[in-house]
Amino acid sequence: MLSIARIGAIVFKELKQLSRDRITFGMIVMIPFVQLMLFGYAINTDVRHVPVGLIDNSNSSLSRQLIQDLEASQVVDFQFHFESLTQAEAAITQGKVNAVLYLPDDFNRRVIDKERDATAAPVGQWITDASDPMLTNAIKGLRQMPIGIRGVPVREAPTAVYEVVSYFNPEQRSAVNIVPGLIAIILTMTMILFTSAAIVREREQGNMEFLITTPVRPLELMLGKILPYIFIGLFQMCIILLLGHWLFAVPLPTHIVSLFIVTLSFILASLALGLLISTKAKTQLQAMQMTVFVLLPSILLSGFMFPYVAMPVPAQWIAEALPATHFVRMIRGVVLRGAEWTDLLGDMACLLIFATVGIVIATLNFKKRLD
Amino acid sequence: MTEWVIEAEGMTRQFGDYLAVNNVDLKVPKGCIYGFLGPNGCGKSTTIRLLTGLLTPTHGKIRVLGCELPQDAEKLREHIGYMTQKFSLYENLTLIENLQFVAKIYGVNSIAAKTRIEELLSLYHLVDKQKVMAGSLSGGQRQRLALAAATLHKPSLLFLDEPTSAVDPENRREFWERLFDLSDAGTSIIVSTHYMDEAERCHRLAILEAGEKRADGSPDELMEKMHADVVEISGENLRQVKRILLEQSQVLSAAQIGIRLRVLLKKDHLSLLDSLRQSHRLTIEYQQVRPSLEDVFVANTGTAYAQHR
Repeated sequence: MLSIARIGAIVFKELKQLSRDRITFGMIVMIPFVQLMLFGYAINTDVRHVPVGLIDNSNSSLSRQLIQDLEASQVVDFQFHFESLTQAEAAITQGKVNAVLYLPDDFNRRVIDKERDATAAPVGQWITDASDPMLTNAIKGLRQMPIGIRGVPVREAPTAVYEVVSYFNPEQRSAVNIVPGLIAIILTMTMILFTSAAIVREREQGNMEFLITTPVRPLELMLGKILPYIFIGLFQMCIILLLGHWLFAVPLPTHIVSLFIVTLSFILASLALGLLISTKAKTQLQAMQMTVFVLLPSILLSGFMFPYVAMPVPAQWIAEALPATHFVRMIRGVVLRGAEWTDLLGDMACLLIFATVGIVIATLNFKKRLD
Repeated sequence: MTEWVIEAEGMTRQFGDYLAVNNVDLKVPKGCIYGFLGPNGCGKSTTIRLLTGLLTPTHGKIRVLGCELPQDAEKLREHIGYMTQKFSLYENLTLIENLQFVAKIYGVNSIAAKTRIEELLSLYHLVDKQKVMAGSLSGGQRQRLALAAATLHKPSLLFLDEPTSAVDPENRREFWERLFDLSDAGTSIIVSTHYMDEAERCHRLAILEAGEKRADGSPDELMEKMHADVVEISGENLRQVKRILLEQSQVLSAAQIGIRLRVLLKKDHLSLLDSLRQSHRLTIEYQQVRPSLEDVFVANTGTAYAQHR
């Protein structure tokens, strides 16, 4: 039989210790705050102001007008004028510019040809670095930009084959997608690290030798260690969502109950992972290293930064094994698409199974012995 | 018939190739203070950990308070108290918070816990320290707190692993007074130490070395049973005398104490000293004295033990 009094004693003790550990206590608030500011402002998939160079051999009013049109699009910034291709290539190698626009001597004639016949040869050439696909894609987008003499489009742009309707993020702001995902990353980091360190610390400081001679049961100890961090996790989630709402106008979810249910299942899964680590790690440093081992794939494979669907199948398998992947899917559903937890049962089930299995294995692994 | 709180037969514990405890037989009668005396690394802590069920023995039978170890370890835990060598309570909890935590872990109900904690605080002179963080207590205070925590649930068997290693003599005396109180109230106590004066206070002793039990019994029995004579020598050039003595195979050990040499001789070889005095023209006086526990310890460990065998 589990003793509620013993679990309560451990929870109470854990909270007391936590409230006296100023730095850890501060980190609970500071980690979400700082990370949110960093990622919210810094990560932007909407590429602007790519530094580019220009070789203008035609040197005509028409070419100057084209340059102004391009700069007005804000996609590129013409920062250098080169005389020759060799200079331009050197600048690309040195990383001064990401691309160079080459306008030939017969630019004006090419524009007139193009006006008459849309299939005529191109009017100029973009030479791109292309080592960063995202920047190159931005430049490629310029290919379709209409040109014309004195600002008058030569021809009506062809009508689109499909029409695209943006349902949930019509302005296409990155922050709206990043902020909910950030909850997954921050909770992965703090939940796993705090729990794993909490048990390893007892072992490192010698408290465990006393604790295992008492009648306390492994499951009581595990639950007592986990419970305080559930509240901390939910608290961090609230900080991130509220700050995200005020700073980045990320919408607040309509189904608050779903939000808590979904977050709770993820917190449990992360804490279970933390407990698993704690049964293996001998020192707090090792616990930290193992946390980073889980954290990096969680950032890169969970769909937080790169779309899950774009990953090769083996990477998707790995991603499926990470609690963060399921949570990123669910929290975006709940916060951005107004989904309820009943719409996300598959991912919920994965996290709850993960949590149960994790806690059971951690409890079985935890021996009240020193050998 | 004597009631045994601990019965161990052929208790052995191996770590890899290293034999930490080798084939030790122990019998500890109820209500006694039983000491493990031995140098550092002799297996005292390992023995205590085996007896508390924290380590599984490689071989041997262990029965503590009627519980077979390691199977019944969990049942045993409610009846024993264990004070670890290193302070193992929470340094960033106050003294009283630590005791309250321990009370809840042992399932002492809150009203009983309150009176018990007050009782312990006044018994161990900790009343005015109850709001102090355990980490800022002095060595003696920490040790009294640890003893209070280990006895909070009134265990019938108490294990103390080098309890006084960080404590001044004054506090040590006081500490032993408390141990005798506990013993008087019926608690059996196992204590490990490397201090002779502490060992002398135990009702019974086992001398351990290199994982083996070298001797056991009450301090008086051990002194009587000793397989050597103790002689004190005074005179000139004691350093040289010591060198000469140590070359003799009958001499088990010689140590200078102030202006005298304390020498352990194999039994019935006192005449050796007379012959040495003549052959080396030494100006020395000698006198056979009553053995102390330290002599017992020296005779039973190290080179003296090897020579005797």
